[in-house]
Amino acid sequence: MHLTLEFGGGLELLLEKSTKVHKVDLQPNDGDGKVVMKGLLAWVKSNLIKERPEMFLKGDSVRPGVLVLINDCDWELCGGLDAELEEKDVVVFISTLHGG
Amino acid sequence: MEGGGDDDGGRSRAEAIMRELERLRAEREELDGRIRLLESQLRLGAAPLPPSAAAEVEPTGSPSSSSSAAADMISRYRRHLLLPQFGLEGQRKLSQSSILVVGAGGLGSPVAMYLAACGVGCLGIVDGDRVELDNLHRQIIHIEAYVGQPKVKSTAASCRAYDIVVDATNNLPSRYMISDCCVLMNKPLISGSAVGLEGQLTVYHHNGSPCYRCLYPNPPSSPTSQSCSDNGILGILPGVIGCLQALEAIKVATAVGKPLCGRMLHFDALSSHTRIVKISRSSPTCKVCGENPVFTKEDFVNFDYESFTQSPMSKNSTTRSLNLLPENARVSCRDYKKVLDSGRPHLLVDVRPSHHFQIASMAHSINVPLSLLEEKLPLLRDSAREVSSRRDGRQHCPVYVICRRGNDSQVAVQILRENGFLYASDVAGGFESWAKEVDPSFLLY
Repeated sequence: MHLTLEFGGGLELLLEKSTKVHKVDLQPNDGDGKVVMKGLLAWVKSNLIKERPEMFLKGDSVRPGVLVLINDCDWELCGGLDAELEEKDVVVFISTLHGG
Repeated sequence: MEGGGDDDGGRSRAEAIMRELERLRAEREELDGRIRLLESQLRLGAAPLPPSAAAEVEPTGSPSSSSSAAADMISRYRRHLLLPQFGLEGQRKLSQSSILVVGAGGLGSPVAMYLAACGVGCLGIVDGDRVELDNLHRQIIHIEAYVGQPKVKSTAASCRAYDIVVDATNNLPSRYMISDCCVLMNKPLISGSAVGLEGQLTVYHHNGSPCYRCLYPNPPSSPTSQSCSDNGILGILPGVIGCLQALEAIKVATAVGKPLCGRMLHFDALSSHTRIVKISRSSPTCKVCGENPVFTKEDFVNFDYESFTQSPMSKNSTTRSLNLLPENARVSCRDYKKVLDSGRPHLLVDVRPSHHFQIASMAHSINVPLSLLEEKLPLLRDSAREVSSRRDGRQHCPVYVICRRGNDSQVAVQILRENGFLYASDVAGGFESWAKEVDPSFLLY
């Protein structure tokens, strides 16, 4: 399944060369060929995060302060960890900013 | 029974008295706020009266002075009046609005400037870091100065007197505090932020939109500290976000257009990519604004926001310095200066990021950013061996580690000592101390 992953708000610093945009091809793990957010997070942790994974994940979910957007919509409105992804979805991870 | 009756009566009388005292204290706070507003207007001369004061101080203006004021407003704001979507009604609403800007730095300055220029009726500014704001439009900006008052209380007193609040602060505890305050007082909050090359903007607690705690019930930890002095900030970026905050405040005040309720704008400066994302509606379980809120005004006054977020409200707070190393693993800047002056061969490792090293560095230092230290250990061993050969065959090589403020360098020394560099030492206080104590000409940034 082809997805576009984007990282912002400083999260890109955890990735190789601080690359913000990643086009990835995931192979669904489970039998019925579905990819849900919980699986994607585990995949990102294993394959993209190069340092300080605790800055991205806390337990099975993202750490407080990370907004997760699926096609520019808050994942909380799409089912959260159980949100099902589809071909060519865009998933964005943005850390909230509080500087000024 | 009679005695019991007396006790019951006494208790209920005490309770009634307590309630009356609370009511009177709240009323006094409200009056104090209005007094401060009026006093600041007197200090500033020609400022227009705020709507609440104008209602009570009925102007006995002659018809000519009334029409002259109207003509002045038409002349000044005529380009607003020409907009069919905005027009006379929009301008009238704006002139009746009262807006508080919290924070007068990079974000707050453009917010205040544009709100003033556009004709907001009553504009207040709170800035904990500065008591005087000489560089802003003095004629129409009311200065709130709460010298010595606890910040939570002064924020509440300020917010009470205004219809709309703009959060232009720069730290996490202030953001929670202002959001909680706006929920408790039922005011919309225009929240903007900017750090590095990105900015964000949304409108909280308005038309069903969430508050800050709905989105972040637990305080965020962050890949970076998010202070502009640590991460840098593209100078224009708070200007961009600040102007957009002013725009959102005008939309809310005039009910013209569609404010960013339930939507967050994320701006990436280098790509000019502007993303507007839907965010959750107000959370029914939110402890501040939810269906069964448990956070009271008393909780608000007593809440320790700095402790909750583990970060300071003001840049004037002492930057927390680490203390990871035993005494014999640290050397003061003055003592390191003696090492330099003696000409003793040694290795100086600068663990700042390379783009910091390019700004200013010490002669003969090696730049190995902390994040690369473990993979560069072989390089350091080679360098140490080379230095040892210049020490008449002595086996060990002193290694000194320096960074900007003396925190990363301690982490680095721990790593080095665990990897065979038994004589690694941290230069305490880093370049900040070096510039203060040894070399004032060293370029601080």
